[in-house]
Amino acid sequence: MKRRDFIRQTAVFVAGAAMSSSAMVMFDPKQVLAQRPELRWGFLVDTHRCVGCGFCVKACKIENDIPIEANVTRTWVERYVIKQDGEVLAESPKGALNGFTNKRIDQNTSGMIEVKDEDVAQAFFVPKLCNQCETPACVQVCPVGATYQTADGVVLVDRKWCIGCGYCIMGCPYGVRFFHPKEHVADKCTFCYHRIVDGGDTACAQACPFGARKLGNLRDPDDPVAKAVLYGRVGVLRDEYGTKPQVFYLGLSKEVH
Amino acid sequence: MKNHIWRPLYVVLAIVLLILMFRAFYVPEDFGIQDRGYTFGFHRLSNEQEWKEFPDKYRGSSYCEGCHYDKTEVFATSQHGMMQCENCHGAAFDHPEDPEKLNIDRSREQCLRCHSQLYTPSSGRSDIPGVNPEEHNVGIECSVCHNPHNPSLEEM
Repeated sequence: MKRRDFIRQTAVFVAGAAMSSSAMVMFDPKQVLAQRPELRWGFLVDTHRCVGCGFCVKACKIENDIPIEANVTRTWVERYVIKQDGEVLAESPKGALNGFTNKRIDQNTSGMIEVKDEDVAQAFFVPKLCNQCETPACVQVCPVGATYQTADGVVLVDRKWCIGCGYCIMGCPYGVRFFHPKEHVADKCTFCYHRIVDGGDTACAQACPFGARKLGNLRDPDDPVAKAVLYGRVGVLRDEYGTKPQVFYLGLSKEVH
Repeated sequence: MKNHIWRPLYVVLAIVLLILMFRAFYVPEDFGIQDRGYTFGFHRLSNEQEWKEFPDKYRGSSYCEGCHYDKTEVFATSQHGMMQCENCHGAAFDHPEDPEKLNIDRSREQCLRCHSQLYTPSSGRSDIPGVNPEEHNVGIECSVCHNPHNPSLEEM
């Protein structure tokens, strides 16, 4: 073999070997388009606007047939009180079903704690609900295919198929899943799927008098929620879990997880 | 080959066949890999439709407006205008057929959800007029003095 041929063939071989095998894969255009459908439900929570009235929790429970007095809920509101000395107190009595009507903060075993007004640095409310994650951990762990994600991004539970093993309840990093006391299956926020597919609003967003909760289509550039996510400064909860949550928060503090 | 090897093998094959037959009957036809792939979309497709058919309970204030426009018109311009009728009057369901009458929540606790004064410097709550429920006319329903449809203190 001549030296020239050797160098040429080596160059061709190296170039060929450097090419990733994924570059050879032929994409089905339909498959690529399906990964980015026209509709992807998302949610925007404005924590500045939330006053902790709890009308959202009450509306959610009634709308979705969650036993009102049972200590489980699809959505809840947390109160955070941050003291001048940096101590953080947080609570959500009954998920804020009846709102926050007094200054005493429930600290479980430490009892009810009342912080003097002059000791408070910040006090605010944070509504929580299912994040309808892009890569939901709860769906991955289901052993029977009872929980799944729809094409428009909502994670649902098939009540006929769920065996109630509770893996998803453990798998959710946000603790939004619970065991339904009457249906005896795993339950979670559905973004009020039955309402939004007909063009309605979620029960919680409708009940909120202050516009702290907004549902929107993240694929529509003219949608107010999509605009806030694209151009505003928003945060998500527990980003480090890699679940890509699709509930975005305005005014998120580092104390909130 | 010897019989003692074949016999258990037949048993195993029979069990596998039984499981496959059971699966064919038990697993619905629309169960499979849907839009979001095997990892996130492995489910029974008709369940999506079942969720879509879940009945609505809350109808929104525009539903109330259809009949009670005399009330909603005044209410919408009041300081409480951003409230939904159903927040106090209860979910409409299929009112006026079922239920014929709604149960109004007139309790102090209902008003205190917003109007109990808390110290919340970094929340919109501090912009709402509030009272200390342990001092302000204890035991009396708020609506005895205040009109929830027109809460203006000047027009009391």
